[in-house]
Amino acid sequence: MDLYDQMMNLDRRWVYLVIGLVVTITAILPFKVPLYITPEVRSVYNFIESLEPDDVLMIGVDYAPEVMAELHPMSYAITRQCFSRDIKLLLCCLHQNGPGMVEQVIAQVSKEYDKVNGEDYVYLGYKPYPGITILAMGQNFRIPFPEDYYGTTLDSLPMMKKLTNFDDIKAIINISGGSGTEYWINYANGRYNAKLAIGVTGVMTSDYYPFLQSGQIFGLIGGMKGAAEYEDLAEKGGYISREKDQLWAFKSMPIQTTTHIVVILFIVLGNVGYFMSKRKKYGKYEHP
Amino acid sequence: MRRSVPLLIVSITGFFMLIQYFIPLEESEWLYERILDWIIVIGCFAMLLGLWSLTYVSVNKVKRKVPGWGYNLVALSGLFFMLIVGFVPGQESLVRGSAFMHLFEYVYIPIQASMFSLLAFYIASAAYRAFRARTVLATILLVSAVVIMLRLVPLGPLSGINQWLANFILTVPNMAAKRAFWIGVGLGATATALKIMLGIERTYMGRD
Amino acid sequence: MVLDRGFSYLLLLAFFFLILFSTNSFAQDPSDTLAPESVTNVDAFDTPNDNGHSITVSWELSSDDGAGKNNVVVYEVYRSDSPEGKFEKRGMVPAGENTFEDQGAKEKDNANYLPSHKNFYYRVRAKSDGLFSDSEISLPAYAYGQWYHTGKTPVLVAVILFSVFAITFITLARKGKLFYIRPLAGIEAVDDAIGRATEMGKPILYIFGLGTADMIATIASFTILSRVAKKTAEYQTPILIPCYDSVVMAVAQETVRAAYLEAGRPDMYKEENIFFLTSMQFAYVAGVNGIMLREKPATNFYLGKFYAESLILAETGSIAGSIQISGTDEIAQIPFFVAATDYTLIGEELYAASAYLGREPVLLGTLKGQDWGKAVVIFSLILGALAASFGFQFFINLFRIQL
Repeated sequence: MDLYDQMMNLDRRWVYLVIGLVVTITAILPFKVPLYITPEVRSVYNFIESLEPDDVLMIGVDYAPEVMAELHPMSYAITRQCFSRDIKLLLCCLHQNGPGMVEQVIAQVSKEYDKVNGEDYVYLGYKPYPGITILAMGQNFRIPFPEDYYGTTLDSLPMMKKLTNFDDIKAIINISGGSGTEYWINYANGRYNAKLAIGVTGVMTSDYYPFLQSGQIFGLIGGMKGAAEYEDLAEKGGYISREKDQLWAFKSMPIQTTTHIVVILFIVLGNVGYFMSKRKKYGKYEHP
Repeated sequence: MRRSVPLLIVSITGFFMLIQYFIPLEESEWLYERILDWIIVIGCFAMLLGLWSLTYVSVNKVKRKVPGWGYNLVALSGLFFMLIVGFVPGQESLVRGSAFMHLFEYVYIPIQASMFSLLAFYIASAAYRAFRARTVLATILLVSAVVIMLRLVPLGPLSGINQWLANFILTVPNMAAKRAFWIGVGLGATATALKIMLGIERTYMGRD
Repeated sequence: MVLDRGFSYLLLLAFFFLILFSTNSFAQDPSDTLAPESVTNVDAFDTPNDNGHSITVSWELSSDDGAGKNNVVVYEVYRSDSPEGKFEKRGMVPAGENTFEDQGAKEKDNANYLPSHKNFYYRVRAKSDGLFSDSEISLPAYAYGQWYHTGKTPVLVAVILFSVFAITFITLARKGKLFYIRPLAGIEAVDDAIGRATEMGKPILYIFGLGTADMIATIASFTILSRVAKKTAEYQTPILIPCYDSVVMAVAQETVRAAYLEAGRPDMYKEENIFFLTSMQFAYVAGVNGIMLREKPATNFYLGKFYAESLILAETGSIAGSIQISGTDEIAQIPFFVAATDYTLIGEELYAASAYLGREPVLLGTLKGQDWGKAVVIFSLILGALAASFGFQFFINLFRIQL
């Protein structure tokens, strides 16, 4: 087997080793990556900036631990921005592995800003069957969630006294790592006309541009890059700080960049091997 | 009777949900909310079914000591341990700082994150193996993938052109293809729903 | 003489101050002391297309809104259940707007309850900073629910049209008309893939993915499983189906049992081969990967709803040396399956696969109905693009849905 055949048929374990080394070295020796803020991320930030104190924003956190590297930074940045501006939050979770994620975010951030459960935020908890739950919330939050996550009746919470359904909240921001987003778009926006923005993983981002263009969603935070853009805006707004190590996605951008470069190099390597061994096999002017 | 009753339930419920969408009356809303309540209750019973199935299969494998029965024992232990740690303290187990949340944050989250991180390696090996410019279409796929990936790489003076090109690919051909895909899938889903409501599609009952 | 001059200067100064103060009083803005003109033609009527607990109020703008004294800031809307009764404020809209929807709750114990079929009277107050003027009281209006939501008519038309297409072609298919379906490489490879497994003496692995039994992709996969299971029964090849959802497992067991019965091999059916694994995404992936690397199946089918685990499954199957046929309607995972598996069914090809495999007239007829539906959509898109380009708003409004 000559060099070009070897290039084309490299053992995948070499690929894994190189990726592992690149990620480790970049994590130890980071560098700054210039970031371009996209309009779809900026529109979410600007919308929250336009809200008044005591306005209510709903955040649907529908992701499990495996995608927290991409989506947790969004949840933290948005929650910190809202609490800094005294915007009230209504949170829910429609992913079976997500309740712990929401609890992590809200327990930590509410402590930072001295926010009180029931007055400044309400965490509804988790319910299965996202489509059914969203349809029910569109009628009344109390149908799928008679109690909050901590077992308190919704009607006894001061913040819930003026909230019946989606008509009483300014917007919904759905941060999702799976198909939950489609239910929010189809039901919350499609049926109840709720204002909706979404935060999704990188691989899902391209799926939702049609909805952005049609106006069904007013903002789209895509993947770790989108989360890094949002953190950049939030840092400039003074809601999160580098000194307190609150820019997680932003810090991970160098690793993502170098990994992408390595993957591209492997693709080039594979194609060089493919063309050179094809040329060698069939000669310069003959092709199968 | 065994087949006709479920078919009747499915047909009546399906047509009601379709017609209800167009009737804004309060009475229609009330019926709709009751159906939503029932679906959530039935969903909870389905979870119990899964729990029973996993326990039954794992216990049988441990009893018969089939090859790999140790893994089934680990699975059963994990399942019942988490159930006990979650249920015994009650609602307090859901609050950060409880034993249940500790297990979630320090065992479950790292395990899930580790499994997901395998994707980083597999994407590289799949891209290396599959992205070969064998045909015109494969070349277009390859070039588009490289342009989109380069969005995140600082390319100096070429960054602007690459960002524009990546944005163009995402917002024009990608969006057009996705829209066509969504329309096709939507029509397919509508057709399947219609077949289910009319009793033509019966595979969900297990027998044709 | 000095005194006279001084007195003259004093007079002049007094006159000057008199002019100054009187000028100021002449220059005083009338809006500071006069209220804006009231609105006219206040009309209250039932809000259309609702559940009967909302009344809409409209009026003609005050003449001082954007003109005249130009001092209207807000319009406040008041309601009472009798013309002589106490009017309570229901809400307000900024200047320039001339409608307000008084949305009430339907629950009787809700503080915002608005009963239907009860007369209410409305008054609109045009307000500037501290001054206001009230309109005439409107005629009585009551809220009532509608039987049909006119804003959703385009949806109804689309549903009826599509249903007509589907039923027409199903009827034609039942009468014996043959319909053509283009070849699907993934489905044509199924027989060869099962044959390969039989020759190698290895099992077949069938994965539904992470879908639940109510998802269209999973339902389509059940139909394909029925055909695959019948073939495996004929070839006596074991089939392993680890399931993510317990209801899917139950349906899969019934489907395979029925297929084995149909093939005349009910004794070959083994219920333990179709089992529930876990409903955690990556725990499921870990379990399936373990099965792949231990059992080394000759053929893997990934047909259903897949998410991030698709590439992990496909790559591990590739490591195990299996031939892989995939199909999903989850668009984000299509590129991974295209890159990592041998054959991929994209989107609605998965739905069509069941019709393709069985060639049942009814299923083929539905497929044809879908194609006609797509033709109507394409035609509407072209017309819509032309209409938007040339400003024919009427055509575009035909497709507008009001919720």
